[in-house]
Amino acid sequence: MKQLVLAFKRLLWFIPTVVGLIVIVFIISRIIPADPVALVAGETATPAQVEVLRAKLGLDKPLPIQLLKYFQGLLQGDMGRSLYTTRAISADLLHRLPATIELTLAAMLVTIVLGIPLGVISAIRRNSWLDHVLRVITVSGLAIASFWLGIMLQLLFAMRLGALPLAGRMAGFPPDDITGMYTLDALLTGELGIFAVAASHLTLPALTLAFPALATVVRFTRAGVLDVAQSNFVLYERAMGFPAPVIVWKYVLRNALISTVTQIGLLFGILLAGTVVIETVFDWPGIGNYAVNSIIMSDYNAIMGFTIWAGVIFIVVNLAVDIVQTFIDPRETA
Amino acid sequence: MKTSLFVLRKLMEDRVAFLGLLLILGLVFCAVFAPWLATYPGDVWDLHPVNRLLPPDGQFLFGTDRMGSDIYSRILFGARITILVAVIAVGASLIIGVPIGLVAGYYHNWFSDLLMRVSDIFLAVPQVVLAIAIAQTLGPSLPNVILALSVTYWPWFTRLVYAETRSLQNEIFIESSIALGASPWRVIVYHILPNVSSPIIVRTSIGMGFTILTAATLGFLGLGAPPPTPEWGRMISESREYLPQAWWYAAAPGMAIFLVVMGFNLLGDGLRDILDPRIRRGQKDDG
Repeated sequence: MKQLVLAFKRLLWFIPTVVGLIVIVFIISRIIPADPVALVAGETATPAQVEVLRAKLGLDKPLPIQLLKYFQGLLQGDMGRSLYTTRAISADLLHRLPATIELTLAAMLVTIVLGIPLGVISAIRRNSWLDHVLRVITVSGLAIASFWLGIMLQLLFAMRLGALPLAGRMAGFPPDDITGMYTLDALLTGELGIFAVAASHLTLPALTLAFPALATVVRFTRAGVLDVAQSNFVLYERAMGFPAPVIVWKYVLRNALISTVTQIGLLFGILLAGTVVIETVFDWPGIGNYAVNSIIMSDYNAIMGFTIWAGVIFIVVNLAVDIVQTFIDPRETA
Repeated sequence: MKTSLFVLRKLMEDRVAFLGLLLILGLVFCAVFAPWLATYPGDVWDLHPVNRLLPPDGQFLFGTDRMGSDIYSRILFGARITILVAVIAVGASLIIGVPIGLVAGYYHNWFSDLLMRVSDIFLAVPQVVLAIAIAQTLGPSLPNVILALSVTYWPWFTRLVYAETRSLQNEIFIESSIALGASPWRVIVYHILPNVSSPIIVRTSIGMGFTILTAATLGFLGLGAPPPTPEWGRMISESREYLPQAWWYAAAPGMAIFLVVMGFNLLGDGLRDILDPRIRRGQKDDG
């Protein structure tokens, strides 16, 4: 019950946070020195034409009115239109969403499947050469510029060895559209050939995206296991003659994962942020790539749409993590 | 003075943290003495199309770029930009973030709630996303990059100082100072601030690394200083057209970023172990 009240309180904060975010992004996008209308109209437009366009885009009204209009649209799921393509931004974002989700989930899978075992091994073999090697790798993960890592992987695996595709999401026809995620759709329709192509395109970007997150998970798992390994129940189990692997992989890991679960939730947000750069490097047709293109084109409506989208996802994930945590570990409610 | 000597001695004992310190000192050394260390100090501006895209050799240590300029010399001058951006952006974040955190943590009223909610909004979006939006809005230039990074990094300090201040308030020495009639200002500046300085120092070191990475990302996306500024992130993005032949063009600036950020992270980890024995190495958060 207490958890539910707390969860509800957190939900209440959700709305003002999102509204605040929109107001801040809106103000930022409107205090620009350059005139977006003049940019859209082109160099050859006369001043009169620019003013007509300005009125058409609703940019001649005072700022608070514009903001109100924007909120009105948002409530109906309308994020405005791209200044360049004139397509609806919400439709553009939705269309690109599966690609980004696919990439993020793949990176998350790599992070968990590799990160947790490596963290446990590193804790069991504490201060061994293996632990030291893993520590160097994890510290590097947080220090390396992910776009550079991506380019270096492209250089080695795609350009030099030719083992994996350089960029893009697919070669040939994509599978039938079910979820929009090519690898998953190919599996669902049983097209193993298409799956192999899609998976090979996914490998390098997912690995690049996962690398910094992997570092965090390994470190947290290692610290968690070491922490739990010192508790009394482990001493007891050892005294009772439980086999060491059972103690570590079953009892210790289960308790150590509480903090890691929280981290994994937060990682989802961090990975989504990473897609902005990684999608640009690998020419992955997702939302991050869309954002960078809008930035290059000075498409203010699109930039706003993306920022709000990213903020909402981030807030929702943090909220979910908070709520899940109060259920996993009720002490947190105190 | 005594404490800083103690910290320095401890740092010398921790080999890994000391390595971090050496990397940072190396960066500062390169930045300060760039004109003397550089083999072609003029190559920040000069072009020599004849020497275009030459591989590394005795004459051009890290090879040459698309303009025929010496990459080694350009990286040395890039160190200046890196330091400039990181120091000003993190410094500004400190100046904005720490006082807000202190005030919001010390007082318990609607105003502190408001301050924390505003910082929550900034933390709600990944820093790089907000920084990209701001830097693009203001137009590509070095001051705008610094501004974008400062505006988006201060809430990290506010969060930290706020939490520390709140937990310090239950300490007896704070309660007794208040009971003795010390003004809020006195309590905050003389009693709370010195006690939150350790986590601030640790966060500053890690924040420097983080800011350098974000700044490089902005440069890579074309939002940094315009060419021919030898900004490391921009150098990597320029090099992409000439891969895989000119591998050195991309490798050298990336390596420079890696070593510097590594330096700040290692130092931050080491400082955390020394200044805050409660938290062991390995429990590092992001940001």
